[in-house]
Amino acid sequence: MLRLDALRAVYDRFADCVVVTIMGAVAAELQSIGHRPNFFYLQHAMGLASSMGLGIALARPDRRVVVFDGDGSILMNLGGLTTLARYRPRNLVHVVFDNESLLSVGGFPTATSTGSDIAGIAAAAGVPRTATVRTLDEFTRAFDEALAAHELTTLVAKVEAVGPKAFVTDLSMLENRFAFQRYLRETRP
Amino acid sequence: MSPVSTLHSQLIYDALKECGIQLLSALPETWLVHLIRLAEDDPDMILVRLAKEEEGVGISAGAHLAGMKSAMLMQNHGFLASINGIVSCAQLYRIPLLMLISYRGEFGERDPWQTEGGGVTEDLLRALHIPFAHLDHPDHVTRRIAKAATLASSANKPVALLLGRDLMWED
Repeated sequence: MLRLDALRAVYDRFADCVVVTIMGAVAAELQSIGHRPNFFYLQHAMGLASSMGLGIALARPDRRVVVFDGDGSILMNLGGLTTLARYRPRNLVHVVFDNESLLSVGGFPTATSTGSDIAGIAAAAGVPRTATVRTLDEFTRAFDEALAAHELTTLVAKVEAVGPKAFVTDLSMLENRFAFQRYLRETRP
Repeated sequence: MSPVSTLHSQLIYDALKECGIQLLSALPETWLVHLIRLAEDDPDMILVRLAKEEEGVGISAGAHLAGMKSAMLMQNHGFLASINGIVSCAQLYRIPLLMLISYRGEFGERDPWQTEGGGVTEDLLRALHIPFAHLDHPDHVTRRIAKAATLASSANKPVALLLGRDLMWED
């Protein structure tokens, strides 16, 4: 499964969601499909996208929050999975694109390439719903089920280690940050 | 009875409430026990207990973008552990952070393991251009917390308050 295809397959569901992504390929690919003011791309601070999603979900229980994380990023903040599980906001869907590598910085393999199981770690941390999916159909179905479940979900999507040629886009980080804040302030679901 | 000051912890907590703080992230540390319990007992406060302090930067950033005022309670070693998040999330994205940092390892410290972190805390805050002030006397607690929160909001930047032994500990 390609991450870009996975994002395309569920893109229309994002209209009513607040979306937070990690840096690198995920941010660039989502922007290539089409940026919206309800999307925030954390272009650094590896590991903290899930924590930001938790902060938004706790502050705004009326909003559905989707975080697009990566294996390299979540491996930097495994303790954060225990915090997610502890507060288990019902309005948070945590997707981890697992390409078993640090694609943006040379493609070196991560520990998921030698068997570390992120869905298993999330389940053991106490995340109530977890799954690992490997095909586009499985992903689409699991993502829709997670949105409908109203229960904290960590969904690990195994994807190929390929991405866009460039990671820098036309959207400035601060423009994105202030427009995203304004979107959250001025809209109601 | 713990020698941590209940009275001064209450003073700090009340000042945070007056600033409109609705979410506190915390990692337990001796000097912060009463503050954490006050948050725990307050139905109008969201208390997020962390595994590691850097998570708190992300949580506060999310809360801020979502319209909620927050503060972080940590030891200075937690501040040390949070520096990448402070720089590459809060400073890069102009996020206000109100950090209340228990200043261990300063004059009077009896625990040898706290002393190294105490010796570098202020230098690191200066190196990161994080404005900071000391909270070491009850007379200025309320005003300094309010001013710190005001600057964090107007500058969209992290600010720090160093909770000192003279305020937090009743020897």
